Amino acid sequence: MAKKALLISPELCIGCRGCQTACKAWNQLPAIKTANRGSAENPPDLTPNLYNRIRYVEMPSESNQVRWLFVSQRCMHCDDAGCIKICPAPGALFKTKEGATAYDKDKCIGCKLCVAACPFDVPRYDEKDKISKCHLCSDRIAEGLAPACAKTCPTGAIRYGDRDSLIQMAKKTGYAKVYGETDLNGLGTLYAFKDSPKIYGMDEHPAIPETVVFWHKVLKPLAYLGLGGAVAASLLHYVAFGPKKDEEVK
Amino acid sequence: MTNHWIDFKNADIILVMGANPAENHPISMKWIMKARERGAKLIVVDPRFTRTAAKADIYAPMRSGTDIAFLGGMINYILKNNLYFKDYVVNYTNAAFLVNPDFKGPGDLNGVFSGYDEKTRKYDKKTWSYQMDEKGIPKKDPTLKDPHCVFQLLKKHYSRYTIDKVSAITGTPKEKLVEVYKAYASTGKPNRAGTELYAMGWTQHTIGTQNIRAMSIIQLLLGNMGMAGGGINALRGESNVQGSTDHGLLFHILPGYNPVPSASIVDLKTYIEKFTPKTKDPKSVNWWGNRGKYITSYLKAIYGNKATKENDFGYAWLPKLDEGMNASWLVLFDQMFKGKFEGFFAWGQNPACSSANAGKIRKALSRLKWMVNVNLFDNETGSFWKGPDMNPKEIQTEVFQLPCASSVEKGGSITNSGRLAQWREKAIEPIGESKPDSEIMNELYFRVKKLYRKQGGKFPAPILNLTWDYGEKGADGKIKKVDIHRVAKEINGYYLEDIFDRSATPPKQIGKKGSLCTNFVTLQADGTTSCGNWIYSGSYTQKDEKVINMMARRKKTDPTGLGLFPEWAWCWPVNRRILYNRASVDLHGRPWDPKRAVIKWNPIKLNPLTNKPGTWEGDVPDGPAPPMADEKAGKYPFIMRPDGMGAIFGPGLADGPLPEHYEPLECPLQENPMSRKHRINPTVKLFYGITGPHDMPAKGGGLPEDIFINNDSRYPHVATTYRVTEHWQTGVLTRHLPWQMEMMPQQFVEISEELAKEKGIKSGDKVIVSSVRGKVWAIAWVTDRFKPFKVMGTTVHQIGLPWCFGWQYPEDGSSGDSSNLLSPTVGDANTMIPETKAFMVNVEKA
Repeated sequence: MAKKALLISPELCIGCRGCQTACKAWNQLPAIKTANRGSAENPPDLTPNLYNRIRYVEMPSESNQVRWLFVSQRCMHCDDAGCIKICPAPGALFKTKEGATAYDKDKCIGCKLCVAACPFDVPRYDEKDKISKCHLCSDRIAEGLAPACAKTCPTGAIRYGDRDSLIQMAKKTGYAKVYGETDLNGLGTLYAFKDSPKIYGMDEHPAIPETVVFWHKVLKPLAYLGLGGAVAASLLHYVAFGPKKDEEVK
Repeated sequence: MTNHWIDFKNADIILVMGANPAENHPISMKWIMKARERGAKLIVVDPRFTRTAAKADIYAPMRSGTDIAFLGGMINYILKNNLYFKDYVVNYTNAAFLVNPDFKGPGDLNGVFSGYDEKTRKYDKKTWSYQMDEKGIPKKDPTLKDPHCVFQLLKKHYSRYTIDKVSAITGTPKEKLVEVYKAYASTGKPNRAGTELYAMGWTQHTIGTQNIRAMSIIQLLLGNMGMAGGGINALRGESNVQGSTDHGLLFHILPGYNPVPSASIVDLKTYIEKFTPKTKDPKSVNWWGNRGKYITSYLKAIYGNKATKENDFGYAWLPKLDEGMNASWLVLFDQMFKGKFEGFFAWGQNPACSSANAGKIRKALSRLKWMVNVNLFDNETGSFWKGPDMNPKEIQTEVFQLPCASSVEKGGSITNSGRLAQWREKAIEPIGESKPDSEIMNELYFRVKKLYRKQGGKFPAPILNLTWDYGEKGADGKIKKVDIHRVAKEINGYYLEDIFDRSATPPKQIGKKGSLCTNFVTLQADGTTSCGNWIYSGSYTQKDEKVINMMARRKKTDPTGLGLFPEWAWCWPVNRRILYNRASVDLHGRPWDPKRAVIKWNPIKLNPLTNKPGTWEGDVPDGPAPPMADEKAGKYPFIMRPDGMGAIFGPGLADGPLPEHYEPLECPLQENPMSRKHRINPTVKLFYGITGPHDMPAKGGGLPEDIFINNDSRYPHVATTYRVTEHWQTGVLTRHLPWQMEMMPQQFVEISEELAKEKGIKSGDKVIVSSVRGKVWAIAWVTDRFKPFKVMGTTVHQIGLPWCFGWQYPEDGSSGDSSNLLSPTVGDANTMIPETKAFMVNVEKA
C-alpha cells in the first residue's frame, strides 16, 4: 500500500493544542501534574504519557516585536528507523504497512537501546519499563481513520494522507523543500518549514548515531548466535555505548 | 454576526481587533487560513502579541481602551485619501442626510456633543436630528458637500484624529497605523471585501458600544456591509450566547428583540405606538413597523387561550421595569450587596469568578437568604461561603446545589454566532441525579404554580396563566417529561385561525388553523397567530401535513460556492445567511462583486411569489422587492432602519451619534488627550463618585468596594484580562479536566522584558498583581509579546492575565484565583457591560 505520513505545517498551527488533548483521549493517557514554568509550553518534554506536544518558540522578528512559532514534536516515523534497527527484542518495535513505527509493549524487554538510537530523542519508557511513544495511532490508521491529532486539528497544520501526495501538496503551496522528504530514507512525519529547520528546533541533517549502524550490521547478528535477547542487549549496550549512557537515559 | 463563520474565507482583509480567535474560537481559524491561502491578509490589533497575532500578516500593538482613537484615525485616513466607496455611501447610508444645524460635536464643545447635562450625566438628543422636507423625509445632499450633511460632520469630527494624535493616545507606532489603515482601506473598492472580527475586547469597555459603532462606520464607508467576506462579526464567547440573547436573556429585551415595557407603558396599544418606528418614505421597508404583530403573537404564545382581545392579550401580566430602571449585571449585584434580594439563581454561571470586581460579588452573595446554584460542578459561587476571607459562621445564605445535564446529555437547538440554529440530539443519558435545564424549570414551574394556586399571593396571574404545554401531564397536573420539540414549535408559532392575505383579490389563504407558521411574514397583530420569538418563525415548520424541523437539516450543498450551505440547519431571519445583502448589489441589482455574488436580480426569471418576471437569486434577500432603481417598487437596503439607510450618524445611543475617544475609568493619563475636560465617557453610570476637572475619584464617593483610582503611582500599569484556549470561561468545566490542567495549570501574568527588568522579575517567578480593589498571585511570563507603549510622551507598561482560575478547584489551591478580583465596577454607557479589559494595577515579586 502507499506509504502514509503526517505533514506538519507550523505556518498553519495556531498553538491550540487540540492535538495534545486528542492524542491523550484516544490513547487514554493519564494527565501529568505540571506547574506553570513561565510560558504556555507544558508539559516541558515528551513523557511516556505524552506522545506529542506543541513547542512554543519566541524569537526575534524583522517586522514585529517578536515571532512566535508553534511546532509539533513527536515520533518522526523514520523509514530507516534507528530504534527498530537497534531493538534486540524481535517484534517489539516494527513498521506497520502504512509506514508507522509502532511497538508491542508485551515484547519490549526494557533495554532502552532505542533511546540512544533515536536521532530525535523520542522514545520514553513507562512505569513498567516498556517503550511508550507516538505510534501514528496505528490502531486508527489500520481502519482507514486519520490519527487523532490530525483529525482534531482545525487549521490543517497536521495533515495525514499518502506520503507522496502530501509532499506534492506542500510543494504546490510554495515549500520548495519538505523536511524529511529524503532524510533517513524518508520520514513519516514531514514538515513544511518556511525557514531553516534549525529555527524550529530540528537538526538540519538528522542521522542515526554511528554506533547504532555498527551494532545493527555487525554486533546484532553475532549476539543472536549465542545469547538470549535481554542478555545480549545489556552486554552489547555496554559494547556499543559504554556503561554511562544508560544512566543518562534514565 | 452580520455574516457567518464560514464566510471569513471570502474576505480579502480580515481585521481582528477586540478578539483572539486562535485562542478563543480556534475553529474559526480554519476559515481565516483558507482566506489567507487565497491571498487574503490577516491584520491583528491587540495590546498583546497573541496566538492570533502569531498568524497575522500585519500586527499592530495598541494600549487597552483606545480602540476609538485607532479607528477614528482610520476613518480620517479613508476620508482624507478619498478611499471610500462613493456609490455605496451616497445611496445606501445616511451620509447625505442633513443634520439639525444646532448639532455640535466634541471638537466644538470641549469633549461633549450638544445637549449634555452635567448634573444628570445624560444627553438631550434634540439636536441629534435630521432636517426634514415637507413630506417628513430627511433632507439629503447627494453631493455630500452641505456643511450640515452627515458626511461633512463625520469629516470634521474625525479630522481631529490625526496619525500623530492617534499614535500618542494608542501607543501604536505611526508606521504601523498607516500600514493597517492602508491595507484595510483597500477594501473600499467594489471587488474587495474586508471583514472585522470582535469579541469581549471591544464590548467590555465603558465605550464598548461605540467601539463597534466606529467599525460600522468604516464598513459602511468602504461598502463592506452585506458583502460576502464583509460585515461586522461578533465572535460569541459561548456556543449558544447568540441563542440566549435572541430569546430574551437580557433584562431589557423580550424574545426577538422586543423591548421590555416600563411601568408607564400601560397597555398594548401604547406599547405598540411607542416601539413601532414610522417612516413617510415609501421606499423604506421599515421592518420594525411590524412590531405589533410580533408582540401580540408573543403574548399569544406565552398566555395562550388566556390572552384575548378583551384583556389586551394579557399585556398587563408582562413584567414591567420601573421608569428608568436598569437591571443589568452590575446593578443587580449592587442591589444584592445592599441586601435588596432574598434569593438568587446562579444558573450555568460562576459570577464569583466571572464578574467584574468579583470580590464585591462574593460579599454580595453573603447578603442573600438563599441561593440555588445550577451547574455541572460545584464552583466558587456555590461555595463562596467557605472561600478566602469568608467566615462561614457569619454567613446565613442557604445554598442549594442542583446538578444539571451537560450539553451532550440533552437534545435541543443551539444558535451560533452566525445566527445558525442547529438541532442536536442527546448523545447519552444524564449522569446520576442531574437533569436537563428544561426539567429543572418544569419542576420549579409546577411547584411555584401550585403555591400560587394554594396561597394566592401578590399578582399570581402571570404564573397561573402561563402556557406550559410541553408534554403529557400526570395525575398531579405536572408535565411528566418535557418534550423539547414542543418548546421549539411554540417558538416557531402556530396559526390559531385560518389566515388570509387580504391584499390579494380574492383573499388568498396563507395559513391553516392549527398548523405551524411558515415564517414571520404571515404573523398577525389580531391574536390569530402565536409565536414565541418572531425571528425564529420558520425554524420548525410545516409543509402541507408534514412537520419539518428546519434546524435538523443536514444537506451539504453550496450552490453559490460562498459557503452559505442553505440547507444545513436553519438561520434567522428566514434562513438569510448574510444580513443586509441588498447592499451587496448596485441600484439595478447587479452584484458589486460578481465573483462573490451573495444575491443578484434576474429580471427575466419568473418570481414564484408574484408569477411575474424578475426575481432574486442566491441567498435569501433582505426583502423580495425589486432593486432600488425600480421607481415604483424599489426599496432601500437596510430594512431594519426606519429610513432604510446604513447609519453613519447614529443618534440612538446614549453617548453620542459619532464615536469619540474617552479614556477607561482607570487609565494612566491625567486627562483625555482628545478633549481635555471629559476624561471618561461622560454618560457612564458611576458606582463611585467623581470630582475635579478630569473625572478623578471623589473622596468618600461610594462603597469602598467600588473604589477606583486614576493616574495613581501606586497602580501604574495598564491591565487587561482574557481567556486561554485550554480553559472554558471561569474554568468550571475545564479545571476538572486533568488533560487541560496539564497544559495550563496555574494563574499567570504576562509582562514585558522591560517591566520585568525594572521589577527584578524572572519568568516563572511568583508575583502579586494588585489593583485598588484586590490582589491575586500569578506566575510571571516574561515575554517580548508585551512591549511598553509610548503614550503622550511617557512610557506605559501593560500586562495581562486570564480569568479562568478560581480558589475552589483544584482543591489544593494550586491554580490561584480569578483576575476579576482586580477589575472595576463600571459598565458601558449603553449596555452596562463591565469594563474588564482596561484597568490599572501594580506588579511585585511575591
